[in-house]
Amino acid sequence: MTTLIKDGQAAKDIYLRIDGDDPIPDGGALLVSLPVWQDHWQRLTRRPDPIGVVLASHEHPEVIADDLENFAVIALEFPTFRDGRAYSYARLLRDRYGFSGELRAIGDVLLEQLHYMERVGFNAFELAGDDPLAELETARGDFSVWYQGAVDGRRPASVLRQARTSASK
Amino acid sequence: MYRYDEFDRTLVSERVAQFRRQVARRLTGELSEDQFKPLRLMNGLYLQLHAYMLRINVPYGCLSSAQLRALARIARRYDRGYGHFTTRQNIQFNWIALADAPDIMADLAAVEMNTMQSSGNCVRNVTADHYAGRAADEIEDPRVWCELLRQYSILNPEFSYLPRKFKLALTGSPHDRAAVAVHDIGLRMYRDEQGRPGFEVIVGGGQGRTPAIGKTIRQWIEPRHIILYVEAILRVYNLYGRRDNIYKARIKILVTALGIDRFRELVDAEWEQIRATGPVIDDAERARIQACFAPPDYDRAAAGDDPSPAAGISDPAYDAWLRSNVVAHKVAGYAIVNLSLKAPGRVPGDLAADKMERVADLADRFSCGELRINHRQNLSFVDVRRRDLPVLWRALSTLELATPNIGLASDIIACPGLDYCSLANARSIPIAQDLSRHFADTDKLQQVGSLTINISGCMNACGHHHVGNIGILGVDKRGAEFFQLTLGGSADENPSLGDRLGRGLPQADVPAAIERIVDAYLALRGDDETFLQTYRRVGIEPFRAVVYEPQGTTRQVA
Ligand code: HEM
Ligand code: SF4
Repeated sequence: MTTLIKDGQAAKDIYLRIDGDDPIPDGGALLVSLPVWQDHWQRLTRRPDPIGVVLASHEHPEVIADDLENFAVIALEFPTFRDGRAYSYARLLRDRYGFSGELRAIGDVLLEQLHYMERVGFNAFELAGDDPLAELETARGDFSVWYQGAVDGRRPASVLRQARTSASK
Repeated sequence: MYRYDEFDRTLVSERVAQFRRQVARRLTGELSEDQFKPLRLMNGLYLQLHAYMLRINVPYGCLSSAQLRALARIARRYDRGYGHFTTRQNIQFNWIALADAPDIMADLAAVEMNTMQSSGNCVRNVTADHYAGRAADEIEDPRVWCELLRQYSILNPEFSYLPRKFKLALTGSPHDRAAVAVHDIGLRMYRDEQGRPGFEVIVGGGQGRTPAIGKTIRQWIEPRHIILYVEAILRVYNLYGRRDNIYKARIKILVTALGIDRFRELVDAEWEQIRATGPVIDDAERARIQACFAPPDYDRAAAGDDPSPAAGISDPAYDAWLRSNVVAHKVAGYAIVNLSLKAPGRVPGDLAADKMERVADLADRFSCGELRINHRQNLSFVDVRRRDLPVLWRALSTLELATPNIGLASDIIACPGLDYCSLANARSIPIAQDLSRHFADTDKLQQVGSLTINISGCMNACGHHHVGNIGILGVDKRGAEFFQLTLGGSADENPSLGDRLGRGLPQADVPAAIERIVDAYLALRGDDETFLQTYRRVGIEPFRAVVYEPQGTTRQVA
């Protein structure tokens, strides 16, 4: 069992997963695989309920870059925690393609990685474990300094250094 | 050298605290070894044959005397009284207990050191020319760019789970002492036609089981663009590098598979995207870092000193040492002095705690309290006043650190091999010890001249055997340790990979084979020709003949 954490809160997952030949119901929020989206986008976009898409780790978000307005959620899959492609996908989705909806990390998501994931633009996580919210809090508390700018808007050390120097002048 | 400010300090201590929690969870069993492994690796903690090994970064090779003293204390308190300097400007401790690791890291943090990302599939310790900022032939000190790259890569949220490890090396000199061509990215400074300094960007070099000389992806780039250009390369690699097979996951495999031209197109397309919007290097931040590398106040009067003071020493070993271990400095009257960790019979790269402390004292007395580690597992003092050379030589001699062999046959690189490493096929250290005893004679060493012998205990090539003039590789033949020789490798500005000489030899035959190779070279060489030049001229056959057909003297190999 996993728990959905969104924007730092436990959230109810309203989305039904649709993959392969799963029938597409007429009502309800759906989270569909990329092939399902590609095959049935006309039908899916006629429905009134929210749609999300799941990208496997070999599916580059470029292929949906023109479709983003249709999606309330994009879920990026980590088939194993070692597969780091989705960090770049997240960053591209936020920075380059301008996706502002829910960006969800699914699959093999480790506590130690949440920190990195938030920084590249994920704001939702499907987490295993007994108390995932507490885990997220711990992971967030691990660091208060970052060297790189990223998409989470936290100011990197270089900017803080200059701010401090000019404040002391 | 670079000094931590409150931000660096906070980040490193937060990392130590995080790791302390992770170790505690491991020790209570809350984390399994499987879950813990990636966490410890990201902190430089390996499990070897007998104990944990901890790898500590010495960023671009710069170390202060205070840091060296801290390493000595760690060696004594937590290890068996010594440490091992590696080819990647790291130091490793081989006998670490897991429960001690967080305390060691805290001790390191107190002297502005860390173990972050010294292992794992992330950007590793950024290495550089160990004479950076001091070499007479240098265009510009590359260390400001090294430090910017170090900060860029530490806990980089996007690039901490790359397909495989990623190694960067920089040189500010046309003469390459950092082996940049065998790194995932190598940056070599030179001037363009207008005389502006910039970096040539080399990508896809590496050693390991598929060695490759890197290819030039960009002839020249202004240094201030370097972070973004590296980001473009890392992103392309992160997206397209292979993840199905760890032996095919390094960037060199991707570059070879796509071809450098296609790879360049991808990187340049990415770079075009980010150079418009991405962060440029902040001038003020760059100036802050640059200031850390300001040279010491040299004494102008030093220019008038005797450049080769003898101070009554008539020992030929001193002259040999001046020739091979002392190198030209940018500033007249000063010298760079290499400390050889390769005395005959010693383990290459190992240094005992008490010697670390003595070296730290000498660094304070003779070289502004700083030293460097180089990729050939030796140390360097980079600000020695020439008139101090005789006194320093005496002091180093008593420490067995003045062996006059830098760049010569007994200055051997060796990986830990089967004495420590769980991946090894064979023992590298005893071969290195044998050979260094074999080449103990200073006259013979000087006569043979420039010659690099590099030994790896398996095809992972941690001992750089592919780029040794003579490479020695440990192989396993039905459970027995054998050694495969390669000739003609080089890691300088004209890099090449060694060619296989022939079938593997048993350990007992290696010294004799090397001796024959060296003798053949001496017989074949032209005026002033180095081993490598002779090899490149005559090819492998004459050497093959002396090793494998020496009138029935070698033992036959099963
Ligand atoms: C004893 C524990 C060690 C282990 C388990 C280990 C493991 C490895 C492995 C698996 C590779 C091959 C990577 C690849 O081709 O993708 C490698 C490469 C390398 N290692 Fe080590 N190593 C160890 C110690 C060292 C030491 C002591 C040094 C320095 C003396 C070192 C420096 C290097 C270098 C320079 C390379 C080749 C460069 C490259 O990555 O292309 N390693 N190591
Ligand atoms: S070359 Fe092989 S034996 Fe030597 S340290 Fe590397 S992995 Fe171990």
